Amino acid sequence: MQYVIIGNSITSIGCIDSIRKHDPEGSITVIGEEKHPIYARPLISYLLQGKTDEQKMTYRDEAFYQKHGVQVLTGRKVEKIEAQEQLLRLDDGVAMQYDKLLIATGSIPFIPPMKNLEEVERRHTFLSLSDAKDLEADLQPTSRVLIIGAGLIGLKCAEGILKRVQSVTVVDLADRILSSILDEEGSLRVQTHLEQTGIRFHLSESVREFCGQEALLTSGKVVGFDILVVAVGVKPNIQLAKEAGLAVNKGILIDQACRTSDAHIWAGGDCSEGWELLSGERRNLALLPNAYMQGETAGYSMAGNEQRFDNAIAMNAIGFFGLHIITAGVYQGEDLCFTTESGYKRLFIKDHHLVGCILIGDQVLRGGIYTDLIRSRTDLRTLDFAMISEQPALMAFAQKVRSEQLGRAQ
Amino acid sequence: MKRIYVNEQWCLACHLCEYYCAYANSGLLDMVQALKDKPLHPRIQVEQKGTVSFAVNCRHCSEPLCLKSCIAGAISQKDGLIVIDQDKCVGCYSCIMACPYGALMPSESGVMQKCELCATNSHGLPVCVQGCPNQAIVYEER
Repeated sequence: MQYVIIGNSITSIGCIDSIRKHDPEGSITVIGEEKHPIYARPLISYLLQGKTDEQKMTYRDEAFYQKHGVQVLTGRKVEKIEAQEQLLRLDDGVAMQYDKLLIATGSIPFIPPMKNLEEVERRHTFLSLSDAKDLEADLQPTSRVLIIGAGLIGLKCAEGILKRVQSVTVVDLADRILSSILDEEGSLRVQTHLEQTGIRFHLSESVREFCGQEALLTSGKVVGFDILVVAVGVKPNIQLAKEAGLAVNKGILIDQACRTSDAHIWAGGDCSEGWELLSGERRNLALLPNAYMQGETAGYSMAGNEQRFDNAIAMNAIGFFGLHIITAGVYQGEDLCFTTESGYKRLFIKDHHLVGCILIGDQVLRGGIYTDLIRSRTDLRTLDFAMISEQPALMAFAQKVRSEQLGRAQ
Repeated sequence: MKRIYVNEQWCLACHLCEYYCAYANSGLLDMVQALKDKPLHPRIQVEQKGTVSFAVNCRHCSEPLCLKSCIAGAISQKDGLIVIDQDKCVGCYSCIMACPYGALMPSESGVMQKCELCATNSHGLPVCVQGCPNQAIVYEER
């Protein structure tokens, strides 16, 4: 059996882990476009911040690949998938046969059209290790940095570089920061915290035009800058899949076993669009835990031991300068709000189920208990909801449930 | 593999497990020196309400959501034991987001910590279990 994985990141690791639980023999080849061995991509902002280094960023070491008998080709690009022939064409013209293929091509930066963007010389994106290194090489203590995008990527970038430059200014089209994961109150709290560190925001704004080292905003304001980082968001990298004739929407369409429309091809991670629990629809969830679990699910299926990943939800853990945030699920239904001086919590309840949560500051501890209530679709009438809404604790569960939680064999 | 299991009907809410845990992971040989006048950062925590109490620590899940969610690749599974490499951890709280038991928490330095069954400190066997006066936590194969 010849397994081939396109993409050398988290989804690929999940896939290798599960293939090897059932098939110790089949050959596994990973093809990665980047020159680096596998690394923890979300750590690039921590690298610039000095909280990690390239060696520590190694997501799995060389021994992992040796133990699992995996061949990794780095710095190599797949040009074409010939699905009929079960064949890949690589950049050097080499053809590679596969029996089972996983597409884990991740996402690519989304760059909205902005007038004269191409004329900005010191222009960066912030997604890969080489992006981070390019940006780092460009930074100077006197640099004024303009970041387009107040989402997860833009703000982590801001945190990573703030101490190394003269100023950081963030522009976003939305009227608040982190609008994809926070409610208004949450956004405001985090924005206040970030402003205290010196980061400046221009919200409900976009760049009308770049003129030399100035950005003209839609309101007429002018922001001077030396370095530009475009971090508006990402989009699924589906080029290869699309050209191969696979069913795609925004991402590559997959079922709960991570199969694509081709019987020999699976997909997972940021490039895919799989079933999301709470909507009952396919969603592109470009999140690390989802990437691992889709890769893992695909690997089980590829090795002939099909399992279903049927409880994917959106969930994020992120922090800025010591203020931590955990969010999960959807923000629908009735809500409960708890506010403390250094924290904020909002729970969303629909038809006796917890469907979403926003936890900030001192409210994040043990937050996984809430996430689990959402993922497991626990009926809130089976537990002491007044207690658990105040504080996530196993005490709120029925004694029988708890003895199972803390006493069952794993 | 052997794991720590909880018999909540025997728990006295004495919190000794927390003290023993903090001591065992302090790296110090003397318990008084390890604990006196210091903030405790135990990896096992007692929940208590009315007459009910029990200790919670890592379950060492066979399908560890913390490992699958770790953005740094800092959490690994070795013969069933889930361990965290604190040098690699950047303190992003993804494991806290993922753990259904609330069994990981920030350490004094801000990176995450978890129960490693005392297999990675100098004690070798879970010190909380040895220190529990009423066998409310046990270390056994199930």
